[in-house]
Amino acid sequence: MPEPMIRIRGLYKIFGAAGEAVLPMVRDGMSRQELLDTHGCVLGLRDINLSVPPRCIQVVMGLSGSGKSTLIRHINRLIAPTAGEVIVDGTDVADMDEAALREFRRHRASMVFQRFALMPHRSVRDNVAYGLTVQGLQSMEVEKRASRWIERVGLQDFADRYPGELSGGMQQRVGLGRALATDPDILLMDEAFSALDPLIRYDMQNMLLDLQTELKKTIVFITHDLDEALRIGDNVAILRDGSMVQQGRPQDIVLTPADDYVADFVKDVNRGKLVRVESIMKPGTACASAPAIPLGTRLERAALALSEAAADLGKVTDRDGTALGTVSQLDLLDAMVRRRRPSP
Amino acid sequence: MAKNAWWIEFPQMERETLVALRKALDGAYRDFSRSYGDVIEAVFEPLLHFLVWFEKLLLNAPWWSVLLAVCAFAYLASRSWKIVAGAIVAFLFIGYFGMWEDTMSTMSMIAVSTLLAIALGVPVGILMARSDRTQTVVTPLLDVMQTMPAFVYLIPVVMLLGIGKVPGLLAVVIYAIPPVIRLTNLGIRLVDREVLEASDAFGASGWQRLIGVQIPLAFPTIMAGVNQTIMMALAMVVIASMIGVQGLGQPVLRSITNQYFTLGLLNGLAIVALAIVFDRVSQAYGKRLQLQYKQAHHA
Repeated sequence: MPEPMIRIRGLYKIFGAAGEAVLPMVRDGMSRQELLDTHGCVLGLRDINLSVPPRCIQVVMGLSGSGKSTLIRHINRLIAPTAGEVIVDGTDVADMDEAALREFRRHRASMVFQRFALMPHRSVRDNVAYGLTVQGLQSMEVEKRASRWIERVGLQDFADRYPGELSGGMQQRVGLGRALATDPDILLMDEAFSALDPLIRYDMQNMLLDLQTELKKTIVFITHDLDEALRIGDNVAILRDGSMVQQGRPQDIVLTPADDYVADFVKDVNRGKLVRVESIMKPGTACASAPAIPLGTRLERAALALSEAAADLGKVTDRDGTALGTVSQLDLLDAMVRRRRPSP
Repeated sequence: MAKNAWWIEFPQMERETLVALRKALDGAYRDFSRSYGDVIEAVFEPLLHFLVWFEKLLLNAPWWSVLLAVCAFAYLASRSWKIVAGAIVAFLFIGYFGMWEDTMSTMSMIAVSTLLAIALGVPVGILMARSDRTQTVVTPLLDVMQTMPAFVYLIPVVMLLGIGKVPGLLAVVIYAIPPVIRLTNLGIRLVDREVLEASDAFGASGWQRLIGVQIPLAFPTIMAGVNQTIMMALAMVVIASMIGVQGLGQPVLRSITNQYFTLGLLNGLAIVALAIVFDRVSQAYGKRLQLQYKQAHHA
């Protein structure tokens, strides 16, 4: 396990003047509603612990009001924590002084916003260049780097237009280009694609995944859309009412939801397209003639392979062809269609 | 029963005390202006030089070159030939009826006082936008400046600096500065929070945020304030002529005292013509900017 890029430990956020004062009560388990009624404070986050490995896409999912946007804003301290640590690459962001924080935001972590938050008085070129201008680079250098990123997000024909003249999808490309232009280690994406039409959203997800295979950034991606979470996340964390409910790989969450809330969330997921055979395979050996199913095959593909071979049992093999276990038609069917309940 | 019982007649201050109070205040202010008048005058010296230089420039330049400059300015700001044509008609009317020189004096006065109002007002507006406390202190001051009859603050200005251009300029600036302060404050407070957050997220310093985001986005609103300031400065020009400010106000003042109706009307119309030209040009400029930004917000 590599050292995590971002490690959040015991993070609490209580909004309101008395935030610090009521913290002990919250630690003792005072409920959200009670806190609001008795002290007029809003509980934003409760005891969040999260480790994000480097060069991975960590999705944080939750419904509106679950605290996911609050959480992501702690990583670059747009919101300061009431208690807890946000350690990025060994340094606690919560402890940085103003200058260090500015340097951190300029060079290490960029952000993409749900409603784009572009600067309407700057052209596409100048928007993409914003972070570089803030860094105080020479205009030649700014121009050079900005042009490269404008091209990378496919906006070279629109460089001199203003954000107001572009469609939503194109505006968010500007947002993405602006965030990548400073070449940060960390990309914070706050519901970055939520405001877009489904088709455009799909395109943007592809673009992000393409960029990621090449750039290998550490990405924290906030969304309320489960399909999006499962599609792009290497890891998914689920928030509810400011608390972390579950975290793990997408297929773990789908196969073993931690509670009814998560189960409800994942009930309509097409597991056949998401889950891989190794997570349901059973120990044992099949006869030599059984069809071989390589590791990493999705359930739907495995089922197809078995039915084409008219076999009931298949053997799961690794790259060298060694059999690791078996998977049956029935297991596949069960994993794909049975409604999962959390184990008691 | 006493004739002056407090429930029949308002229990006012003793007449002698009131007189003493007035004398004391007037005396104190007079002493202040005697001892510091020269210093304050020296402070305003460069301003006076600039004012005189600018007025001479306008007066000495041939009329057609001034007209050309006005047209160029109007076109660059508004990008509208209609407004340029209007400006030409207005200035030809002014020149033909023999008011060219007074108009140039007034224009130089307006230009300098507007520049001064912007130079002082925009920073004050920015400070107001940054702190609610400053806003609560400054707002009532602005209310007083706008409602106090203009004649009243001619008095201390004249006591301090005598009669002439600089006291006139000061009076005009005091009268005309509130809108630019108010609208700078408003404009900066109205800047989209999300854009500000983005600028923070990229590590902009307070100064970078002000210069790069807040002022540009507040600019259309600030321009609306500048427009109001110009209008109020024009209105003040007539009153300021009472303390020796040259320009279109002088003939108006003369026509009041001598009952020259036509002279008053013509000069009044010249002020109106100037006002319309300035107003249309600055409004068109503001609108042009606003249009560009609006598109961005509602795409």
